Formats: sequence, structure tokens, C-alpha cells
Amino acid sequence: MKAFWGFIKKEFLHIFRDRRTLLILFGMPLAQLLLFGYAVRNELNRADIAILDHSRDEVTREITGKLLSSGHFQLSAWLESEAEIEEVFQRGIARNVVVFESDFGRKLIREGRADVLIVTDASDPNMAQILEGYTANIIREYQQEWQMRNRMAMSGVGGMTSGAGGLAASGIIPEMRMLFNPELRSANLFVPGLIAFILMLVSAFLTSIAIAREKEMGTMEVLLVSPLDPRQIIAGKVLPYLVLSIVNVFTVLVVALVVFQVPFRGSVILFSLLSLLFIMTALALGLRISNAVRDQQTAMMMSLAGLLLPTILLSGFIFPISNMPVILQYLSHIVPAKWYLIIIRGIMLKGVGLEVLWMEALILLGMMSLLFVVSIKSFKIRLE
Amino acid sequence: MNVNSNASIIEVQDLTRVFGNFTAVDRISFEVRRGEIFGFLGANGAGKTTAIRMLTGLLIPTSGRAEVAGFDVFTHPESIKKNIGYMSQKFSLFNDLTVFENLRFYGGIYGLSTRDIRHKTDELLERLDLAGVRDRLIRDLPLGWKQKLAFSTAVIHEPAIVFLDEPTGGVDPITRRQFWDLMYETADRGTTVFVTTHYMDEAEYCDRVSIMVDGRIDALGTPAGLRKTYGAKNVDEVFVKLARGGSV
Amino acid sequence: MRIIFFILQKEFLQIFRNRLMLGFILVVPIIQLMILTYAATFEIRNIDFFVVDHDHSPESRALIDRFVASENFRLTGWSASAADGELALLGNKAVMVLQIPAHTGRDLVRDGSAPVSLRFDAVDGFTANVASQYAMQIIRRHNEVAGVAHLASIEPAPTGIAQIGINVSRWYNPHLDYKIYMVPGILVMLITVIGGFLTGMNVVREKEIGTIEQLNVTPITKFQFIIGKLMPFMILALVIFSFGLLLARFWFEVPFEGSLMLIYLIAATYLLVVLGLGLLVSTVTHTQQQAIFITWFVFVIFILLSGLFTPIDSMPGWAQYLTWANPVAWFIDIIRRVMLTGADMQDIWSSYLVLLAYGVAFIGSAVLRYRKAAA
Repeated sequence: MKAFWGFIKKEFLHIFRDRRTLLILFGMPLAQLLLFGYAVRNELNRADIAILDHSRDEVTREITGKLLSSGHFQLSAWLESEAEIEEVFQRGIARNVVVFESDFGRKLIREGRADVLIVTDASDPNMAQILEGYTANIIREYQQEWQMRNRMAMSGVGGMTSGAGGLAASGIIPEMRMLFNPELRSANLFVPGLIAFILMLVSAFLTSIAIAREKEMGTMEVLLVSPLDPRQIIAGKVLPYLVLSIVNVFTVLVVALVVFQVPFRGSVILFSLLSLLFIMTALALGLRISNAVRDQQTAMMMSLAGLLLPTILLSGFIFPISNMPVILQYLSHIVPAKWYLIIIRGIMLKGVGLEVLWMEALILLGMMSLLFVVSIKSFKIRLE
Repeated sequence: MNVNSNASIIEVQDLTRVFGNFTAVDRISFEVRRGEIFGFLGANGAGKTTAIRMLTGLLIPTSGRAEVAGFDVFTHPESIKKNIGYMSQKFSLFNDLTVFENLRFYGGIYGLSTRDIRHKTDELLERLDLAGVRDRLIRDLPLGWKQKLAFSTAVIHEPAIVFLDEPTGGVDPITRRQFWDLMYETADRGTTVFVTTHYMDEAEYCDRVSIMVDGRIDALGTPAGLRKTYGAKNVDEVFVKLARGGSV
Repeated sequence: MRIIFFILQKEFLQIFRNRLMLGFILVVPIIQLMILTYAATFEIRNIDFFVVDHDHSPESRALIDRFVASENFRLTGWSASAADGELALLGNKAVMVLQIPAHTGRDLVRDGSAPVSLRFDAVDGFTANVASQYAMQIIRRHNEVAGVAHLASIEPAPTGIAQIGINVSRWYNPHLDYKIYMVPGILVMLITVIGGFLTGMNVVREKEIGTIEQLNVTPITKFQFIIGKLMPFMILALVIFSFGLLLARFWFEVPFEGSLMLIYLIAATYLLVVLGLGLLVSTVTHTQQQAIFITWFVFVIFILLSGLFTPIDSMPGWAQYLTWANPVAWFIDIIRRVMLTGADMQDIWSSYLVLLAYGVAFIGSAVLRYRKAAA
């Protein structure tokens, strides 16, 4: 037992003596948190818009004014001809061009119909769809106003009671409520995901590389011939990262709560326990990888491909799983981070407990036990 | 390279290297003659490796003067590198390449022609009794063989001087013996051998030895000369006397 | 030149000897491209919704049917109890709960209007927002259809009201296929990882094992060494890039509007940045672990702020300025424009120059910092 404590002390010293690594271990999670909190968002801000106005009359000016004062757009170019649209897109000047046909206003009044064309750079289809929607809505809104004004003009003051206003209030009136995150802040979505990601990084990625390093440098042989039991060696290797992971979770959590005011509605104890479960799962994964490789480069590539990318992409961290093809939705079931994310989002944002999350917790527990058995079994006492 | 002098091929004058406030090598001066086996002795941490790293152009000296194969270590380290071979203390062959691939690589970067590489490789492997493992990965060989191969890569281009930093560390007595045979052969072909060791019995095989203590060279001469000066049975005793605080 | 050949030969032998590694280098990126492209999508489809119907009238049925018929919504459950709706939201069974109060049908007929409640799980604010817009559209359309019939009995339908005809035209990706947008970006990420990490680790590995010292006493010049170290990874990255392009063209049917030559020129220029960065990292680190961490740190920031996953336009102003200092963002922007919109050198020259400048700067400082002898 004394040998074991000495060994653990040595492992901690290894990590804490390397200042550069230590700085990264603590600095990296915080930097990522700040990025996600402040910069990485999928909310929509003002987009660049270009206008091609063949008419230049009062109506088109009013519509343009409405577009630009909507808060969704900022003008980046006035175009003279259709030929310029291509250039605007290719140079990345704007993603959205509104084209008014000539004699727009007069046609609207005389013929009762005038055409406007919304051209979008759909290479980002999502953005294109959203911009298209905003533009169309603003124009439609203008049309309603315009009709109301005209009707008032035609039928005098009496038109106030009927008309567009009256039309809008009839039928089914939806009352929308956004629960759990009423301001639709992406930080609230990303912070729990980030916690899962950082845990995967510190617990699995670092562990696998640390053990691969000992193999590559030949120091693992020395440990294996020592009186230490292989299980003690594993424990000694894993323990410092376990501690680091726990410290990291709480640092990130505190910053998220204090700086970004991410809500925490559920039980801290449950959060801690289930996080520990996830950390253990990640450590087991890291061990399994280190058993399969001989050097650090391979360990890194394997962790990157097998752990970190799935954690970013197939866990629901950034991209909602329900949008993916069915086969990927099934694949996401074997990504531990997916279950952990459901759990901590539930605890932090929805304030629920085991009564709702019991299934996810059980799945994680199952994964952890299975992985630990497999990786301890595969830990080789003799090196090939 | 100045071929005219058959006297000295390494000249060192007051060479010093300071790391922070620690003086690893303290104003050492010596010269090495062409074709001799020069033993560079000292305890672990005496400054041998630092000195060798300065002479091979790996480390820039703090002060002093040194010429290796006629080139100044401050101004022409790259010219020195064309004329020397080096076997470092750390094992330096590529584990994931075969014996032949390692030799071919080093031959190639020293500018040997493809034919010369093949020729030299065969000759070296023959001489080392290692022809059978030509296509085996270095990783799979025992340490003694690896050391012999490391030596071969250091001399494949027939350099004027070869620096060997603890070449026999951790090697069994028989291989050590073979190693010294190799060094003699090399010296016979005109290559100067500069070898560090802390096995004092090996010092007896050298033409001349220097003994380093705490960054300084405390004694220099032929093994016989040193024994006489210090009134000792062997170089080992000389060394112990010097190491005990220099009080002769 | 001959020396460079020998260095290259050695590097390639080492890369090819580690089969496991080679597999990861060559195969994994391709698999990733396949998976990630399908996974990395913000297209909102299949919004799970749950219905709490207290009314059970033909009118409530009609509204629900309209949601079910829409391709954007997917009904996951149905109940008469509000508590079940609550649970569906809490337990991630639904993103939206449509709750129809009792007497909705009666009120609609009698008063011409009736409220229904829509509650969204807004943890994912983006999805919730889009879902609410879709829901709004569906209800509006429902009202129009039902309302026209209803209003017809009260007053004659308004005729002769002027209309603005709204026409849309979606360039470069008329079917709004998100994959076409993501493929170039993911390709960028993959070659970034291969190029950046492996170069850095490769050099540091020689330091860590000690073989670099042997190389440093040879007459190899610093220039030869760096070319020898960079070329293999440049070639590997370009091979992967080519596989990726083939996959993009023939599997994802991404249109290649721009010139292939230009695409390769840009990719090679960008690789200078990535390899230079890897090399730079290797000059300031002593162990592979440190190299991995630092490279990881830098690239995570670069990639997150590159507009690959989340649009740059969504970032706050200061972060948008930061993207000026981010070579990955420049490359993704250029490659998307060239591949998808057919931009040519004339359109992108200014961005290309920035990329080139980063390449030269990174490689240059790596070369300057690399030392054969310790000072």
C-alpha cells in the first residue's frame, strides 16, 4: 500500500511539475467556455443585404427603409444591374439581394400587382432560408400596412374598425411560451455540452496519451516489473486525471453560473454523482485506447477520431440529434456524452431529477461498468 | 580541413559553458592528435556531455576557443559537422526502421552515393557480424547490437573524428571488448576517436586520457604517465584521488 | 536535393510502417467526412411534438392534423392530461407541446377566435425559435383556410386589393441542401487536424526519443530538415483532400463551380499555415504531450471561431474582428466561395493574399525559430 501511495504521488508530481501542461489543462477549458459563452453562437445578428432597385420610387424606398430599420439587416451595397449579383455573392459582400422591378410603385397602384425578387446565396442553406423568411415577412408586413392605408384613404375614417387589423385577430390565436431558456441564449445550450466535452478531453484523451507515453518511452516496463499490481498501476495513472476532471467541472460550472448566469435549477449532489459516473466512463475509454496503441501519435489519432469528434458531433452538443439521418441517430446511442448531456441539461436547465433521468443514468452506469471490465482485462502485464 | 598538420585535430582553449549560474564546463584546455584514441573521463555530471556537445556544434559555448578539424566552433559549426561522426548517449537510431534503412539514411545525408551506401553497409554489417539482421527492425534487436549499429552509423561516412558519448554504457563485457576492437580498427584507418566513459578500466585502452572533475580538466596524459605522476596502480586510483577534492 | 530525398524516404518509411497510424491517417478522415457531413446540420426537421387535447372537437382535430401533415413536425404522443405534456418536455420526449383548451371548437364558431397554447423546450434556443416560426406559419395557414370559409359568411371576401408578388431565387444550392455547405468546411477541418497535429508531434517525437540530436550533428541544413519534415504531411494532407473532393463530388454531389487548380492552390497555401503552425509548436515544446495540447488549444479556437459550425454573422462584433486573425476562417470562406459559387482568383485575390501571408508568416517564423544548436 505504501508503494502505491508513493506511486500516486509520483504521478501527481509528473503532472504538476510540467507548468506548461498544467496551464493548458486549466486554461483551455476556461478559454473554451469564454468562447462558447461570448462568441460561438447560432443566434442571428444583422446580415448584410444588397438592394437592386430598378424603380426607385416612394414605395420601394419605403420597403428598403423598413428592411434596414428591422434590425435584421444592414445595407452593404446598392446595385445597378443583375450582373452585379453574382459578384456580390462571390466576393462575399452580401448573402441576400432584394430586386425591385421597374415601375414597382406604379404597377402596384395601377395593376394591383408588383413583383419583388429575393435572391439568396444559398451556399449556406440555413442562413438563406432564414434571411429569405425575414425579408418576405417584412415585405408582407409592409403590404398589409399599405393596404390598410389605401383602404382608409378610399373609405375614409370609418375603415378603422374593419380591415387588416381585424383580420389578424380572428381564428386560432397561438400563445407561445419558451420554457427553460426563455431568452433563447445559446450559452445555456452550449455550457452543459462543453462540460461533457472537457471531461472527455481531460479524462479520456489525456489519460490515453499519458499511458501511451510511458509505453513509448519504455518506462512502463519498469512499472510492470515493480511489486505494484496492474490494477494499482491503472489506478495510479487514472487518479490524477480523475481529480483534475473534477476540479475542471467545478471551475467551468462556477464561471458559467457567475459570468454567464447559466441557470442551475436541479440538485448539485445528483449533478456531481452523475458527473463522476461520466468521468469514470471516460477514463475507462482512455484506458482502453492506451491498451491498443504503442505510441502517443496513434493514441492521439484514435482519441480524436473515436472520442472527441463523436462527443462534439454526435452527442447533441452543437447539432440536434433529431435532425440527423436515422442511422446516425442510432449511432449516437453508443456515444456516452449523449446520455450525459441529456442528464446535465435536465438537471441544470429543467431542474429535473432521477424520476425523469433514471433511464439515462442507468445506461451510463452500464456503459461505465462494461468499459471498465473490458479495459482492465485488456491491460497487458507483459509487453509484446 | 587543414591536412598539413599531423599534430592536432582538436584544439581547445579555455572553453566554458554556463547554464544560468551553474558553470558546467570551466575553462578547459586540451588538444587531440590526429589518429589517436582520446579518452575523455569523468564522473556523471562532471561536464563531459556538455563539452562534447560544444565540440560537435550542438551547443554554443559561453566563452573560450575551440577548433575541430580546423574549423571554429563559433563560426563554422556546420563545416565541423561534415567532418565528424557522433554517437550520443541517448540511443539514436530509428526504432521503426530496419538496420539497412537506418544505415542508408545516415549514409545518404552524409552525401554518400547509392553505390557507396550499399558497399559500406555490407562491409560494416559483415565486420559487425550483423549481416543476418540487415532487414530486421531496430526495435527488435538487443541493446548491444543496437550500440554497435549506432557506432556504424556514426562512421559510415569515414569522418575525420568520431565522438562517442558513453558508447559502452549498459553493454555486456564481451560486446564491450568488441567495441574496443572496433575503435582500434577505426583509429587504424586514420579516424580520430574521441570517447567518453566512466569505466576507468577502459581508460587503459586509450592513447591519452583527460580526467574531468566538476567542469575542469584536472589531469591529462597517457595512462602510464598519469599512473606515474599520481603514484597509482591504475587510472581508477588516479581518478579516485582527483575526485576526493583534488588534494593530492 | 539528394539529402532531401533521403529524409523524405525515411519519413515515408516511418509513416508507412505504423499500419495502425496509417489507417487512422487515411481512412478515418474519409469516414469522418461521411458521418460528420450528415451529422453537422442545423436543418430543422422532425420536430417532436406532443398534443394535450382537452377539447376533442372537430376543430381541434383539424388543427392537429395540420401539424401532423406538415413535414417539419412529428407527433410523439397524445394525451388528455396537462401533466403528461409537462413530462414530455422535461423528459426530452418532445420539443413542443400543443395544448388545446376545452371549448376551443365552440369558441371558434361562436366568437371567431380561440386561444391555444404552444410551449417549447427552449434549451436549444435555435431549434425552439425555428420550431415556433414553423408552428406560427402552420396556424396562420390553418386560419386562412378555415377563416376564408368563416369570413365569407360575414362579409364578402376583399377583392381587388393590391398584392406584392414575392418571388425567391436560391443561388448555388437551390434545394437548400445543408450537406453541400458543410462538405468543404469539414474537409478543411480534417486536413487541419492531419497536417497540424502530425507535423508538430513528429518533430517533437524525435526530440523526445533523442534521435534529433543525431540529426543535428549531421551536415543536414535546417532548410533541408524542415522540407523533409513538411513534405510528407503536405502530400498526405493533399491525398486526403483529394479523396475528400472525390467523395464530395460523387457521393454528396457537391457542385464544383470553381477551377480545380485554384482549389488545390488554395489548399496547398493553407497547408503552409497548418504545417508551419505545427512546426512552430514543435520548436517551443519538449514533449509530444505538450505539443498535442498546444496544437489542440490553438486549433479548437481557430475552428470554433471559423464559421464552420456556427455562422460568423452570429458572433458579436469583436469576435467577428477576431476572425481576421484566424487563417482557418479565411480558408473556409475562400474554399466555400470557390467551390460553391465559382469565384475565381479575381474575386478572392485579397482573401487569398491574406492566407498566403499567414502561410509565409507561420512557415517563416518556424524556420527562424528552429535551431540546430542550443544557445
